[in-house]
Amino acid sequence: MSNGVPGNDPVRVTYRDAVREGIRQALNDDPRVFIMGEDVGLYGGCYAVTKGLLAEFGPDRVRDTPLSESTFVGAGIGAALGGMRPIVEIMTVNFSLLAMDQIVNTAATLRHMSGGQFSIPLVIRMATGAGRQLAAQHSHSLEGWYAHIPGIRVLTPATLEDARGMLATAIEDPDPVLIFEHSGLYNMEGELPSDAGPVDIDRAVVRREGADVTLITYGGSLGKTLDAAEQLARAEIHSEVVDLRSLRPLDDATIMQSVARTHRAVVVDEGWRSGSVSAEISARIMEQVFYDLDSPVARICTEEVPIPYAQHLEQAALPQTEKIVALVQAMVASHG
Amino acid sequence: MTDEEINRAVLEALAKAVPGEELGNLDPQQSFRDQLDIDSIDFLNFITALHGRLGVDIPDVDATRLSSLQGCLDYLRERAPRLTG
Amino acid sequence: MADYRMPSLGADMDDGTLLRWLVNPGDAVRRGDVVAVVETTKGAIDVEIFQDGVIDTLVVEPGSKVPVGAVLATLEPSGEEEAPTASVGSGPEPALHQPDSGPAIDSSVQNLEHRGARRRKVSPAARKRALELGVPLDELPGTGPDGAVTLADVESAVTVSSPGSGDAMRQTIASAMTRSKREIPHYYLDTEMHFEPAMEWLASQNAERSVTERLLYVVLLVKGIATALRDYPELNGHRRQGRFVAAERIHVGVAIALRGGGLVAPAIRNADRMDLDSLMQALRDLVQRARSGGLRGSEVADPTITLTSLGDLSVDRVYPVIYPPQVAIVGFGTPVLRPWVLGERVVPRRVIHGSLAADHRVSDGHRGGLFLRQVDRLLQEPENL
Repeated sequence: MSNGVPGNDPVRVTYRDAVREGIRQALNDDPRVFIMGEDVGLYGGCYAVTKGLLAEFGPDRVRDTPLSESTFVGAGIGAALGGMRPIVEIMTVNFSLLAMDQIVNTAATLRHMSGGQFSIPLVIRMATGAGRQLAAQHSHSLEGWYAHIPGIRVLTPATLEDARGMLATAIEDPDPVLIFEHSGLYNMEGELPSDAGPVDIDRAVVRREGADVTLITYGGSLGKTLDAAEQLARAEIHSEVVDLRSLRPLDDATIMQSVARTHRAVVVDEGWRSGSVSAEISARIMEQVFYDLDSPVARICTEEVPIPYAQHLEQAALPQTEKIVALVQAMVASHG
Repeated sequence: MTDEEINRAVLEALAKAVPGEELGNLDPQQSFRDQLDIDSIDFLNFITALHGRLGVDIPDVDATRLSSLQGCLDYLRERAPRLTG
Repeated sequence: MADYRMPSLGADMDDGTLLRWLVNPGDAVRRGDVVAVVETTKGAIDVEIFQDGVIDTLVVEPGSKVPVGAVLATLEPSGEEEAPTASVGSGPEPALHQPDSGPAIDSSVQNLEHRGARRRKVSPAARKRALELGVPLDELPGTGPDGAVTLADVESAVTVSSPGSGDAMRQTIASAMTRSKREIPHYYLDTEMHFEPAMEWLASQNAERSVTERLLYVVLLVKGIATALRDYPELNGHRRQGRFVAAERIHVGVAIALRGGGLVAPAIRNADRMDLDSLMQALRDLVQRARSGGLRGSEVADPTITLTSLGDLSVDRVYPVIYPPQVAIVGFGTPVLRPWVLGERVVPRRVIHGSLAADHRVSDGHRGGLFLRQVDRLLQEPENL
């Protein structure tokens, strides 16, 4: 990204820092923006994302809420209707179920039910995903459920650039946007140009090019998938890795262009396979590029159990690099 | 090492390098290349086989001296005392 | 139970003779193991198996000639593969894949499978391409998961009709070369290259090497071509169904004349990534196996370009004919002593003619010329190859 202009030297940051910078910039750029959620103020956020923001922006713009998801998401909807640009943080996607009525019945529907008179420019951020031994009530990947709902956007930043840049674009959007941050990514460290800014939220991106198979993934599974692609390359199997970035809407064009070229597709999704995003993508591939397929679409998903607490069981339940490698090797079989 | 023995070793090495070629009527003065279907890899294999059979080191610069039966005989005779010793 | 079928070892192969089995019933095999030797028009080829498992029955007797796709043996796929292949979604047939519970029902289960009651597994892409090309799917061997016919299987079955009488290898060469000259608009380029540095460097290298480690100049040519090709993808690949597909890897086919006539051009795979010693080893090994039998199927099937070096024949220049579906072939004549102008003087120097024949539908003479110049440049610094 560097173009030699002073001020964009890459800086070393974590995913958590990148999200925080995105929030900080939004608070600075637009007086209508404020953030609220459980423990986002004094405590600094349960994943420490909002640490320091209360001191910097004060309690009007960084607001601690009661432990009632339905209430504060509802308040966010009201504030958005009233002309504000609220960012609501929900601790984990599991807890968002308490606010499902507000999100699905209200936020997603009002534009349509008011004949376009009202819009709800609301952003809801929440952590998703497993891998940190937080057991079955804090570890599920339910973003696929929200991707089922027309009227909202569902984003899954998997890189530092996206963690930093998706929020600004989401705030610009006149409709509700849900951003799912995989809890396993917060400590991910890397380089980010110091002037990194807004990114588009419409397109999937090819993170690695390859001719033999397309690996389609998002969020917390991107790293595992890229690792698998690297291992496969050593065995002369060249994978193209597509990072979806947005689960709703899905960028069909990028997916189909890639699959039409490689003739094989594997979807890696930390959600369960039944009724999932992976099922949706698989169906769309069948609908749109069936005659280009040289192999059935395959999926690597989480085992269909509530996420176990014990570490070995939790790891065994999740998509892993080795599972991806083994599946692709079997799929590509004799044509290395 | 007698001429007879050297001759036999050379023909055995040739047979290994160019299997199926008729070696009975080779003119000792003429080069192998003019009489046999032998290319540079075959020739390298021939030298390798001679080296393996006789344990004699054949520097690359000497290889051209081994391009005919007579050449082989002359060259290996020079080295024969050491071979038999 | 899975079938192991007579593989297609090139676009021009219709049938093959099983010379001998290298496995017995009950032997465990892994994907890539050489399990049999098959006589084809390209000579005796070691054929590989594409599935892990245990050999059950050897169906075909040594000496039998069978068409491509015929069942040669049956094997019990190994249990290990179940998990991944099952999730590839290999089809609704779990009952057939469970380990047999008793010998009594064994044969009936096999029969079910053999009768082929279900539709043949052919990938949608393969089916579409087969329709376009008029390739019959019935006898086509499938090399995909669970024996499915894949795109690559269909493409490798595109044959030029080759009558199967007389000298089979002659026929194979005849039909490939006829097709080449009929279909491929060749353009030819020829460059005289200063070869003294290469020969001197080689001599100095070989002076220090024992007989078994000596290098021939042809490996410099292979490496030079392979390295230069990285920048000229339009010369490295295949033209199929009216479309050029650049190869991701560089497999240099080396034309090897066989005693008693004919030739094969098996590949040195990934030649650009090998050092000269490995190339030399690979070359010696290929030549030896080409002439004594024992080439592997993958070696004859997948060159992405070919080199023909006629240096042993005192030939000045070669105007080679492209081996379809490849799109280029490089030829080298004999290194010879010639007057060479160096500054203001004329000096005796060894030179060699390198030529390129390439498919004008895919590349142009300008690029071809740049490629040859790049090869020339690389050969001037053999120590960096």
